[in-house]
Order: sequence, then C-alpha cells, then structure tokens
Amino acid sequence: MNRRTVHVLATTAAAALLLPGCTGTGASTKGADANAPDDPAKVSGSITVLTVRTDLVQDGTMKKYAAEFNKTYPKVKVEFQALTNYEAEIKIRMNTDDYGDVLLIPAVIKKNDYPKFFASLGTAAERSKKYRFTDFTTVGGKVYGQSPVGVMPGFVYNKRIWKEAGVTAWPTTPAEFLTGLKAIKTKTDAVPYYTNFAAQWPLTSWTYVDGAVHCDPQATTKLAEGDPWAQGSDLRVGDTLLYDIVKQGLAEKDPTTSNWEESKPRTAKGEIATQWLGTWAIIQFQDAAKKAGVNPDDIGFMPFPAQTDGAYCATVGPDYNQAVNVHSKHKEAARAWIDWFTDKSGYDKDNLAISPLKDAAMPKVLKPYEEAHVKLIELDDSAGAKVKLIDDQSEVGIFKPEYRQDLVDLARGAKKGSLDDFLTGLGKKWTETQANVGDR
Amino acid sequence: MTHAGAHTPARGVGKAPAAAAAPSTGSAAPRPAPRRTRTWRLLTPWLFLLAPLALLITFTYAPIVNMVAYSFTDWDGVSPELHYTGAENYAEIFTREDLFQVFWVSGYYLAASVIQIVAALYFATVLSFSIRFRNFFKGVLFFPSLVNGVAIGFVFLYFFQDGGTLDTVLGLFGHHTDRAWLGTPASANVSLAGVSIWRYLGMNFVLFLGAIQSIPGELYEAAELDGASRWHQFRYVILPGIKPVLTLTVILSVSGSLSAFEIPYIMTGGATGTETFVIQTVKLAFQFNKTGLASAAAVVLLLIILLVTWVQRRLVPDDRVDLV
Repeated sequence: MNRRTVHVLATTAAAALLLPGCTGTGASTKGADANAPDDPAKVSGSITVLTVRTDLVQDGTMKKYAAEFNKTYPKVKVEFQALTNYEAEIKIRMNTDDYGDVLLIPAVIKKNDYPKFFASLGTAAERSKKYRFTDFTTVGGKVYGQSPVGVMPGFVYNKRIWKEAGVTAWPTTPAEFLTGLKAIKTKTDAVPYYTNFAAQWPLTSWTYVDGAVHCDPQATTKLAEGDPWAQGSDLRVGDTLLYDIVKQGLAEKDPTTSNWEESKPRTAKGEIATQWLGTWAIIQFQDAAKKAGVNPDDIGFMPFPAQTDGAYCATVGPDYNQAVNVHSKHKEAARAWIDWFTDKSGYDKDNLAISPLKDAAMPKVLKPYEEAHVKLIELDDSAGAKVKLIDDQSEVGIFKPEYRQDLVDLARGAKKGSLDDFLTGLGKKWTETQANVGDR
Repeated sequence: MTHAGAHTPARGVGKAPAAAAAPSTGSAAPRPAPRRTRTWRLLTPWLFLLAPLALLITFTYAPIVNMVAYSFTDWDGVSPELHYTGAENYAEIFTREDLFQVFWVSGYYLAASVIQIVAALYFATVLSFSIRFRNFFKGVLFFPSLVNGVAIGFVFLYFFQDGGTLDTVLGLFGHHTDRAWLGTPASANVSLAGVSIWRYLGMNFVLFLGAIQSIPGELYEAAELDGASRWHQFRYVILPGIKPVLTLTVILSVSGSLSAFEIPYIMTGGATGTETFVIQTVKLAFQFNKTGLASAAAVVLLLIILLVTWVQRRLVPDDRVDLV
C-alpha cells in the first residue's frame, strides 16, 4: 500500500471517529442571559421554535400565533419545528449547539445543567412576582424556563354516563370511587375505567396524584427523603386505587391492545366512562366529541377522590417549560417570543388551560372546581432534581410507564405476586438508591 | 483497475515522441512513466473504495468504538460531564441477574425461527419445481419482507385486538375465542414470535430459493431416472446443495432471536413479560438515561452473538459443496 493512501485513510478514519465523539460543550457564561428587549421595533432576526404540538403546526394555528406576534415585533421571523417523539429526538440534538432558539426543556437534562444549555430569563425573585411555576426551573436563583400553561391532574369523565349510573356527587374516598365505577359497570354499557396501557405514557400520570391525596405542598420533598410507598402515602393510595380498579374488573377487558386515539371519541360518546389524565386533555376530548357529533359538555373533570379537612385538593404544575438556547444568535428575539407567548398569545385560553400569570382567572371548565371549593396547591419543586435522579438510578421509574404496567399486569393476574410485596419492593429499591445518591 | 489500464498506455504513447525529440534526456525520461503507472494501479482500487469505506467507518466502526468508550463511563446521554468508571458497568451487568433474565424471552423467538426455517425450506422446495401460480406464491411469501417493520407492528396490534381481525377470522370458522392474545406473558410472546415468523419468512425463503435454483437441473433429471421420489430428491440433492446457505440462515436466526427488537417494542413496548435484551438496553439508555450501562449491555450482546456464531462455525464446519 502506498504511503499516501494510508495517510488519506487514516485521516478519514480519524475524522470519522472524532465527529460523533464530541458530546456537547459547556458554554461560557458570556451572553448566558436572554434579556427582554426594550424596544420591540428594533428586535430582529430569525428564530426557530421547537414544539411538541405537531397538530397545531400542521393545521396552521402556530402560524397564526406568529402572525399576531409580528404585529408587535415586525422584524422577527418565527419558524416552527414540531417533533413527534420530542424527548428522544431532542436528546440527540442537545449534543450539538443546534437545538433551535426556543425549545421545551427536556426531562433528560439535569436541573443543575440548565445554565449550560439555556439562557437565563431573569432572577427567581423578580419573575415569581408575576409568574407561577418559577421554582421548577430555578438554578442558583436564576430562572431558565417558563411554561405557557399550567396543568392539573384529574379524572376526565363522561358526565352523562356517571349520571346514568346514579352517581351525581364526586366520590370523596377511593372506596366511594370504586362503588361509582361498579355502578357504571352494572347500570350502563360503558367501560368504567380505561387504563390506556398500550400507549404507556397515560399510566405515568398516576404519579401526579402526589400532593393531591393529603394536600401537601411538600409532597415532592417527601419523595426525595422517604419511602414513596409507605403506608398511607400519596403514591400508595393512588397505586392501590389503580390496582383495585383493574383487580375488580372495572377497567377495559384487554388493556394490552388499548388505543389512545380511539379512547377519545369513545369517552366522548360514553363508551368509556373515566380516565385519569389532566386538564390538558379536556380540549382534546371536547374536540373528539364535536367530531363524533355528540355533546362536548358531557366531558367533565373531577379531582382525586380524597379530602383533607373536608376539601378536595388538586396540584397545579407546569407543562413543558419554554427556554432559550444558550447558543442562540438571537436571544432577544427568542426571549420576546417566550414573553409574548406566555403573556399575550392566548394559548392558555385556547387550550382551556390554567394561565401561568398569577393574577389571571381560572378557565371556565374549572368552574365546578370553584363551586366545590377545591383547594389548588403548587408543589415545592426544590427537591425535584433529586427525585428524578433517584428515579433514574433506581430504575423504579415513577415518571416512566413500566412499573404501572407491571402493577396492572399484577392486578389482572398476568404477573404473579401480591400488591403489598410489589410496592414494598419498589420502596426498598427507592430508599436504597436514596442512600447512595446522597446530595448530588 | 480498468480505469488505470485504459489511460496509462495512451499517455505513454503520447510521451514517446517527445522523448525521441530530445535525445539528451532520452535515457532518463521513459523511466518515471512505468513507476507512476504502478502507483496508480495500486492506488485505484483504494480510490474506488474510498466512499464505501468512509461510510462504513463513519456509520459502523466509529459508533462501535464510541460505544465501547461510553461503556466505561457513567454518561447520561446528554450531559457535558462524563466520568470514567472503569469496568463498573460490566460488573453491574454480570452481577445483576434481572438483566439476564430477559434472555428467556429469546427462547420463544428461537423456537419460532425453527418453525420459520422449516416452513421457508418447505415452500422454497415446493416452489422450485414447476407448479401452477408459482410466481404468484413467491410474491405472496416475499411480500411481508417489503413492508416496514413499524407498519407491521401497528397492523398486528389491530390483528390481536379484542374483537380484532384474528378473533373475527376464528369466528368465521365457528370458533369464538374470548382471550386477550397479548394478555399473558406466554400468549403474548407466542403471538409476537408468530408475527416475526410472518415477517422474516420471506427473507429465508428467498435465500433458500436462490440456493436451490443454483443446483444444476441435470441432477434432478438423473435422480428421477434413477427413480428417486421427491423426498429423496430433497434429502440427497437439495439439502446437501444448500448446506452453506442453511448454516448461514441458522446463524442469522440465532443472532436475530437474541436481539429481537422492533416487533415487541412497537407492539407491547416490552410490557407483560415480552421484554427482550435489546428493549431492556434501549430503556436503560433512553428512559433511565444510563447510556454508559446501556453501551456496556450492547457490547455484551455483541460478544454473546460473536461467541454463538463462533461455536456454530466450529460445530458445523463450512465445507465446500461438491454435488457433481
């Protein structure tokens, strides 16, 4: 072999080895703030906004928002990129500098790494006066993201079916809830509860019973410090309810072939009575009702069946937080978009969601909540990063679908064992990891 | 090679008169030309290989090298910080028995691949003789291999649904089942393995068909003259004739069973006891963000497959086929 050939090949090989080898770079602190522009007319540049709302990009809704935005910021060009499988795709892109100008903070990024990936939007002290959910993205006193909507977990249910079954008041205990589902099973043709086992992610929303059961804003901190499945704890109450629903045959007959898209019109039509999801789902179910030609007002929303001091409790939390890429060349324009989208776009109202602005009124769909005096709480998220770390290290996965799939399998007899052993096992894994993780 | 061969003589011819016109350099001039020719001749094949080699290195070998490197770290897949942890990941893989339990699931796929090979062999033999609608049946058998695996996963989700295609078809024959096909670990794994037979049968079938058709036709004639039945023809002509392809298929099936992924991942996501080793690895990497540990698991799987292949090659040596 000629020497030059060897050289060429070696260079190619070396280049090829180096290319995928770089694993993201720590950014310098310079320019790590995305400041709000003083004069809207002067901001210019083209920004790319990443979103999970494939539907809104396809039907042109996002373009309409951009056109509205351009009335205030005429020189900023906004482009959208909708990612179908957001978490998986963004994780790979985060290894480069090119992950849009505005993006949603992916779950995989450790909280302490936020300053390396995102530009700060301001101090927590200043932002928390106006906005909700600031501590979910606060690192070292600075805030790195802002969610445009607040979401609240709860049961999406078909009012008509529940009424037909003779249940008109919201159940106040898990036992009452089960009685209600049983009534639905005997008196109507509807499936009392739909797990959405095959779509996997709907099962993870059961983790968000945390805080609602005992009305405790420190629920997240408790997860970080204790056993989440201790007797009487929030997760145990929630998981036991899910187990009982399936065990008593109140869920769909074959969860393994359940279908999320199909479950929406079926719930609207009254073939399915109840699903544990969140406020964000209400609009989707109402749309499904409109498409199916049934009354969208049949879609109701109820809190977890537990009361503390005679009142229901519901936790309000952020959806995906929008952030500015620390490598963005147009940070002011990106910041302008986040501020405008959060404050003025009307995105929250369009989605019947809770506004991130502290002084905004609750959406209309939550009127029954106001009438029932449901206490809304915001969880303290200062231990949130540690909970995620324990969750990953222990491979328990309270934010992942597996353990709830196992729970459902256990309940319907496809997996051997008792609920008690199962939950104790999870608790043991969790607390053992807790000790190893320390204060990292 | 042809490229260099076609051009260099022409250039040599062109140079000759020039050399003759200048007698002072005449003795030295002709020498560089053959040397350059030789250089080109050596270089040309590598130039042709440049593109495929670059692709191969970039997309196959470099990622493997990277993967091996990551397997010694605690990288989470995105953080700029990663720490070298030595063989810790490997130690974890070999000390945690739950990580190896999933290999039992591969048993279902192994059993399925036996059925698959036998069926493919049967169809390939039958369709290599002249029967009616032969090409049509060939098309039917090969068709599933052309469909995207993701699409197949979704199609079969409807197929196995409660009251889905399978239940409807069984109902037509008066057999009304009321079972959740993906409901229990055993039934789910059998169903999934069944799908993978359907999916990969065509590939094996085509390999066998190609091999069978490369057997000279006179052999069948001679066998028939000697009074050999179809079974005898198969046993003494076809089977020895396709032995190398058969060995290859068995090796591919075993490694495929150990690394079964897309069908169970799309259809059940590994729920209800259908998790295979690759699904587990993907979950470690992308759900629990343990890229380091997952890389180590991938390296272990690679080594296991290499080992299995090596053992198989030792047990069934690749001897040359000599039919005539």
